[in-house]
Amino acid sequence: MALEALDQPKSPAAGGGCSSSGCGSGSDKLAHLPEHIRAKVHNHPCFSEDAHHHYARMHVAVAPACNIQCHYCNRKYDCSNESRPGVVSELLTPEQAVAKTLAVAAEIPQMTVLGIAGPGDPLANPERTLATFRELSAKAPDIKLCVSTNGLALPELVDEICQHNIDHVTITINCVDPEIGAKIYPWIFWNNRRIKGVKAAKILIEQQQKGLQMLCDRGVLVKVNSVLIPGVNDAHLKEVSRVVKAKGAFLHNVMPLIAEPEHGTFYGLMGQRGPSNEELQALQDACAGDMAMMRHCRQCRADAVGMLGEDRGAEFTNEKVAAMDIDYEAAMARRAEVHAAIEANRTAQQQQRPDQPSETFVPITSLKRSKPRPAPAAAPTARFAVATTGSGVINEHFGHAREFLIYEAAGVGEGVDVRFLAARKVDLYCAGGDTCGEAEDALGKTIRTLEGVTGVLCSKIGIEPWDRLEAAGLVPNGEHAMEPIEDAVAAVYRELLAEGRLDAPAEAAALSA
Amino acid sequence: MAYRIIDSCVNCWACEPLCPSDAIRPAEPPAMSHFTIDARACTECEGDYADPQCASICPVEGAILDAAGEAVNPAGSLTGIPPERQAQAMAEIRAR
Repeated sequence: MALEALDQPKSPAAGGGCSSSGCGSGSDKLAHLPEHIRAKVHNHPCFSEDAHHHYARMHVAVAPACNIQCHYCNRKYDCSNESRPGVVSELLTPEQAVAKTLAVAAEIPQMTVLGIAGPGDPLANPERTLATFRELSAKAPDIKLCVSTNGLALPELVDEICQHNIDHVTITINCVDPEIGAKIYPWIFWNNRRIKGVKAAKILIEQQQKGLQMLCDRGVLVKVNSVLIPGVNDAHLKEVSRVVKAKGAFLHNVMPLIAEPEHGTFYGLMGQRGPSNEELQALQDACAGDMAMMRHCRQCRADAVGMLGEDRGAEFTNEKVAAMDIDYEAAMARRAEVHAAIEANRTAQQQQRPDQPSETFVPITSLKRSKPRPAPAAAPTARFAVATTGSGVINEHFGHAREFLIYEAAGVGEGVDVRFLAARKVDLYCAGGDTCGEAEDALGKTIRTLEGVTGVLCSKIGIEPWDRLEAAGLVPNGEHAMEPIEDAVAAVYRELLAEGRLDAPAEAAALSA
Repeated sequence: MAYRIIDSCVNCWACEPLCPSDAIRPAEPPAMSHFTIDARACTECEGDYADPQCASICPVEGAILDAAGEAVNPAGSLTGIPPERQAQAMAEIRAR
């Protein structure tokens, strides 16, 4: 199985690397980042796990064309029910995209970031992408701009990117070995020709690495996305992590392959499987020893709007945006007020937990092998699912939750470590319900999502779901409404530990292997 | 002498900016649900490029036909898996 291929240390004491907040060491606090980097990421929901509880982002779908083919992508991108990368409902002109961004930024004042992520490759549509950025940097200078790319056209556009004040770039890098690349990318369009196979993958990899180096040399923050494809690049992604870290990438985001036959992708149609939650997490932990890992990615649509867990795109169609009457100056002033209030709230939450680091990432360049976790041998590990709509507190009704944040707790007494592991969607990929696929009982689906979890924390929960959760061996808990997530998880963990209701360490380790 | 886009086109726009003859028209629903090529303007890129540009970036097998009505990108040419190897490739991928 995948774990063994990753030379993950077998002993639980050494497992998992030590780059997460779970280590409790001060070295990974946001405050320890250089000030200019801290300022860039601390309110970016996609670059900072803590920020994603508080701030919103949006993508504008201005870039339809693509210059490569990935086996996990279907170039037919229009589906309103699916939620996954590369899917959009309405393609926008740069003018429409600017109007939409300004409308969203006025209606959702938590918004800090505008990204262009497709549905094709933004840098294969440079005029449309750059025209959008140019307008927005003039009209909404407080909004951060970012772009994601497959990297093929990146080296030739790096200077333009820097010119437009885009200081966050995401490159999808699935491999650094052309033989592996040929199993992921059947062809690229390069110098006016279609190139196939290993030769194509080799060119793509060279361009990605060159672009990454050029961006890092210019001080642009780069996040690397990798799609975990079992049996193709799973064992290889540790090497990818190592290589991109050496070049200066800031954050690595390993995402699970989404490959359902109904999506019409090559992998979906051919029956390539995606990784299990456990495989994904094991790989993220294995890479974490080398690099800062991102675990809160929601793999959102190329026209997503709102907080990371939600999509309010339907409120901002072209038609609706055109009908809105917006005072841009007033909207920007309101954003500044809202952001100040959010920061005050974050500071207050932070002061309640002086021992907890505020972030789950560290700058890769400053990453050192931390000291081993303090004696976890006596303390079992347990996972908890949390229902939240944001702000870093438990504030969502169980029945309303479209996703759960998964946290892991371990430790004794005051020394309980809580670390964020993942976000799991309840309605994975598709909100079409009974209209496209067999109708599974919604609660049954939710319970299946919670596999491996011990307790469920929410603001409230009905009697029927309470009974069903208990019958499935889960512990529901609605006693910590409006409390900070990590404190509440630690409290429930301590309670269950005291009652002797947690697995022995050996059993827990076996579960996660 | 002209290429033709048929209804398996997914409207991804990749071909449109590449055409040296400006011969590609976006879909105009509901009358026309996919991209089309103006046959009077299309030169099959002769004199401009070694390979026809639209057919070199089109991601859909069979969506572009040549003057003889043959698919420029026949089945299996873009996935890299010819039809006769399909079953075997699928078995290999499912075993991952």
